[in-house]
Amino acid sequence: MHLKPVPDPEPPVAPGREPSIAELERYATILRINCVRMLAVAKSGHLDSSLSAADIVAALYYKELRHDPANPRWPERDRFVLCKGHAAPIQYAALAEFGYFPREELMGLRKIGKQLQGHPDMTRTPGVEVSTGSLGQGLSMCVGICLALRLDGLEDTAQVFGVLSDGDCQEGETWEGAAAAAHYKVPNLTAIVDYNHLQTDGTTEEVMDTGDVRAKFEAFGWDAVEIDGHDMGAIVEALQRSRTLRKPAAIVCQTKKGRGVSFMEGRFGFHGKPPSQEQAEEALEELETRLTEQEEALKAGAASGGGEDA
Amino acid sequence: MPEAKTDPIATRQAYGDALVDLGEAHEEVVALDADLAVSTQSMKFGKKFPERFFNCGAAEANMMSMSCGLAATGKVPYASTFAVFATGRAYDQIRLGIAHNELKVRIGASHGGVSLGEDGASHQMIEDIALMRVMPKMQVVVPADYNQAYRAVIESYERFDAPMYMRFGRPATPTVYDEIPDILGDGVDVLREGRDISIFACGHMVWRALEAAETLAREDGVEAEVVNVAIVKPLASESVIESLAKTGVGVTAEEHRVVGGLADAIREAAAEQHPVPIFALGMADRFGESGTAEACMEYFGLTAAGIVEQAREALLKKPIVSHPPIHGGEWG
Repeated sequence: MHLKPVPDPEPPVAPGREPSIAELERYATILRINCVRMLAVAKSGHLDSSLSAADIVAALYYKELRHDPANPRWPERDRFVLCKGHAAPIQYAALAEFGYFPREELMGLRKIGKQLQGHPDMTRTPGVEVSTGSLGQGLSMCVGICLALRLDGLEDTAQVFGVLSDGDCQEGETWEGAAAAAHYKVPNLTAIVDYNHLQTDGTTEEVMDTGDVRAKFEAFGWDAVEIDGHDMGAIVEALQRSRTLRKPAAIVCQTKKGRGVSFMEGRFGFHGKPPSQEQAEEALEELETRLTEQEEALKAGAASGGGEDA
Repeated sequence: MPEAKTDPIATRQAYGDALVDLGEAHEEVVALDADLAVSTQSMKFGKKFPERFFNCGAAEANMMSMSCGLAATGKVPYASTFAVFATGRAYDQIRLGIAHNELKVRIGASHGGVSLGEDGASHQMIEDIALMRVMPKMQVVVPADYNQAYRAVIESYERFDAPMYMRFGRPATPTVYDEIPDILGDGVDVLREGRDISIFACGHMVWRALEAAETLAREDGVEAEVVNVAIVKPLASESVIESLAKTGVGVTAEEHRVVGGLADAIREAAAEQHPVPIFALGMADRFGESGTAEACMEYFGLTAAGIVEQAREALLKKPIVSHPPIHGGEWG
């Protein structure tokens, strides 16, 4: 199929300067575009689950995460764990943008012999901390990482960010991990729940209602807040706050599956289904239009001399 | 290093003792347990190194995934609980988090087999060797006595990097090694030489195999070779074949289902390289039940007499010519 080149990744942010909220939103759009392109070529994978996490992942990689693409194993780095491993494309998009591997690899997603597996694989992909894909395991892995960092004297330095799905919250092991995090009082764990309310067989409310996830984390002894998972300002604020807490922190993000692509957004029936050629083109058109608008707004803002909150 | 033991003692005691010694020697060693630390003996480590010991409570899945996180961050976790929970309950966590990632995690499973005793079928794990053996990248170690178990745990840190499952037992069991062996070697150890039949055994069946060999010598005039297979995977098949090539017939003995474990490991190697009759002693297609350790072993026939019986059956099937005739050409 015809695919336009990936948008210019050159960030309109000077080195050393923190990206603004508007700039982070632009990055989120770039990651979404990469996801659509990847899935259109792979003809397999979870697009809508990737899109719902795009704003969270952009806020993490472009702002909050202390990481060094040139040295992925830097001991003091923050850790990003995609507990909802099926959203691998959104992490791959970010890793590629930061040069963890050549961007051409994105087009090898889910292809035999290629680097990018269907779910994140630490043995193959630089920047992937632990392999995930079996729901429920990720949060426990994060707790293990936190305890190792404690023994290394790094728990005040390195934060561990786990991105969970509502499916993760249906797995019992997640709550074993939540109990362990509270019991061992890990201060450097942030669990971000991408609560998009849709799963393979229907809405989470229909399939297995997880109830008030924020209250559940709180009952386990965590700090727990609930935010709009597509409000970039709120995401950044919650992430930054979580780092300052002396206990594990949960950020329950109310999100929409397929966010950013109108025909998919919040609608059932796209889980695990790659877009058709027509759907991919429609999605790309919408996302690229948004990207152009975002860039024009940024240029206009720069011309008038005011970045919104840079 | 502790004194070599001569009186009967449980292999799990060696796990606890070796873990403490490893903890002293290597600060990256950490231990986890799931509320059975007194039983598995990991509490010895926990008392000595409380900051490196993580009790996970009755949450084995979490324990295995936490071990993954710890190992991915440079620690060498030893995770222990009963064999039944260590493998069956947490299979998927071991599979993806530990084995797939080829992380240096050691699963110290105690109370393997029916000799766990009174707790009965719910706790008597007889499929763990099979489960861990089929898992890609997982090594499986089943030491025969305290002395070998101590060496196995020490070597689990010093010699091997791949993920490892180690099976220990609950009851005090006679020792078969007079000293703590210097090395685990290839894990296939001939304890008694013989020319008539090979008896391959692991864990609690090894001392029984030695006893069976004595009976066979005394009552049948049969010289049995007793081979302790402590490393079930990867199996040192050359050593297995070397024994079978000499004797021409074999028996396996394990406190485990007769499928998937030691018997199949030996048969797989033999089928390809030296096909001879190999009879298997182990648990049939059934679960265990409550009783004392010794009563359970008796009830399920996991005894020296059971091995003798299998050996006699096997000997009846032993090919008359077990080697190709040396001067075959002259007959042609």
